[in-house]
Amino acid sequence: MQGNEACVEGAIAAGMRFFAGYPITPSTEIAEACSVRLPQVGGHFIQMEDELASMAAVIGASAAGAKAMTATSGPGFSLKQENIGYACIAELPCVIVDVQRCGPSTGLATAPAQGDYQQARWGTHGDHPVIALSPSSVSETYTLIIRAFNLAEKYRTPVIFLTDEIVAHMREGIEIPDPESLEICDRRVAGNDGAYKFAYRVPEGQIVPGWKPFGEGERYNITGLFHDYSGFPTNSNAMAQEEGSRLLDKINNNLADIIQVDEYKMEGAEFAVVCFGGTARAAAFAVDAARELGIRAGMWRPVTVWPFPEKELEEKLSGLKGIIMVEHNYGQMLREVSRVAAGRVKVEFIGCIDGTIIEPVRILDKLREVHENAK
Amino acid sequence: MPSELIYNYMRIDHLPHIWCAGCGNGVLTHDVVRAIDSLCNDPDRPIPREKVVIVSGIGCSSRAAGYLDFNSMHTTHGRAIAFASGIKIANPELTVVVITGDGDCAAIGGNHLIHACRRNIDLTVVVFNNEIYGMTGGQYSPTTPRGDKGTTAVYGVVDRPFDIAALAAGAGASFTARGDVYHVKETTELIRQGIRHKGFSLIDCRSVCPTYYGRKNKKGDAVQMLKWQKENGLPMKQYRALPPEQRADKYALGILSRNEYPEYTEEYQKIIEMAMAEKGKEK
Repeated sequence: MQGNEACVEGAIAAGMRFFAGYPITPSTEIAEACSVRLPQVGGHFIQMEDELASMAAVIGASAAGAKAMTATSGPGFSLKQENIGYACIAELPCVIVDVQRCGPSTGLATAPAQGDYQQARWGTHGDHPVIALSPSSVSETYTLIIRAFNLAEKYRTPVIFLTDEIVAHMREGIEIPDPESLEICDRRVAGNDGAYKFAYRVPEGQIVPGWKPFGEGERYNITGLFHDYSGFPTNSNAMAQEEGSRLLDKINNNLADIIQVDEYKMEGAEFAVVCFGGTARAAAFAVDAARELGIRAGMWRPVTVWPFPEKELEEKLSGLKGIIMVEHNYGQMLREVSRVAAGRVKVEFIGCIDGTIIEPVRILDKLREVHENAK
Repeated sequence: MPSELIYNYMRIDHLPHIWCAGCGNGVLTHDVVRAIDSLCNDPDRPIPREKVVIVSGIGCSSRAAGYLDFNSMHTTHGRAIAFASGIKIANPELTVVVITGDGDCAAIGGNHLIHACRRNIDLTVVVFNNEIYGMTGGQYSPTTPRGDKGTTAVYGVVDRPFDIAALAAGAGASFTARGDVYHVKETTELIRQGIRHKGFSLIDCRSVCPTYYGRKNKKGDAVQMLKWQKENGLPMKQYRALPPEQRADKYALGILSRNEYPEYTEEYQKIIEMAMAEKGKEK
């Protein structure tokens, strides 16, 4: 199965029943597969007139009760940003797949890259919460997109699924989990207790406000303006402060639940290769080769790429003599890694922006070099 | 004595509204409410109030959604029709009414407007067309008449204006009409028919903005602007009977076009039924 197909199959298993998109390489297979598969399960696919419209339609469908997704690549991801911010403040869950490709603007449209990492965090304006996940294989694409939907529903927030051309166009055999074994999270449904008055008030002991889709009797307002508990716009600075912090806190106070890191041969490792997404395969290969040469290397890979797993990396630092950050850009996750390392462990960098892929030998050479220098 | 409609359909704890004195948007909001009220109370085919969704974009017009006690969604600038399409497709049982402005739907949102017309999705778009960007303080919009002034057109507007109803008809909308602020009964009836129409409907309603458009263009106060509508807004037949040289400022009120085309969500439902049946056979 292809990575993009696994993305669709996993999403349907998670309960996705609405997809709106616009054709763009290398994400197009996702729209194509959705157009075939969604009507088969009673869902809706629509090809909208542009990227902005597809993001808007996804949020609208979410308000009407559907688990909704869109998929795009760099240029389209830029176009969707304003409405992603709307989904953040209006707390309407949805999943945005960004199959990263090379370059700014049209760049090298069919070549791999990971240059949207910081855009996934800061692409929409204003301070806002972000969850972004990045799969490194076809099989992980299937299971992780389910997790993306679960987190979106649980935290009522858009989740960015940051994949890349390598993983999206890779074909490999996968084992599809038994649907019964999957953990599926749905929105917490509110009772008919307060008409529109408390649609945006978080009940005691809950993370997010309860929820009713449009048409089910709880008439309330949804807006992209800061709003009061009823969802009505407000100019109150106190309310803006309360709501702005609440949106950030619902993520920041639940990092243990949201953050996921994959470690490979990190036990006793002195040198960590840090990477994410499609870069992981070359990194793991290099780690294996280095181990054969007697270099104690391991791979540390954030699966949740935003929020960045700061605490998890911090815990690794004391045992490390060096970190090699490997990513298909010119140093985007490097900023996060260097910030956490804060000079205590030297961070080396391998990047790539020419549309080729980083081969294991480059990583191995760097491992040998840092190993020599550390002697 | 305020109309009973206010107590029934408006979120009265959020009134008074933010519109300026003399703004036409209050009257047009009233028309929308009255049209929906008549449909909710239609003895033959009542529309359940809980299934009514009001969607709006950004601008003066779009503040209407928040005041209305229905499911309401105030979205991003220009995108109301795209959000509304997602709502309608995800749940075709809902009656979705979009309230938008001339800048919102014909400038920044023009692409969504024409494609929703083409798709013939069952939405009703009510345009509060005040011929100016009011919320940002009076910049010229795609419907400001040529030569008129705005804060970004102090020497007069150079571009030609859109006729939004004609634009929608040209893009394939199956119901288009024009109303205004002065002709309350007629406009309410047009909105009612638009909502009842199966397919995409658009009612282009001329609003009045004495604060930013009227003052800048020496159109007088709100009363004078309404008098102007009274004199110049003509029923369709009367307008069409006028020789072109006498039309000048006159404009046609009423239904401009009405056609029966297949409706998007009904057509898609057929695809779902076919795909599910075929998938069932595979098993």
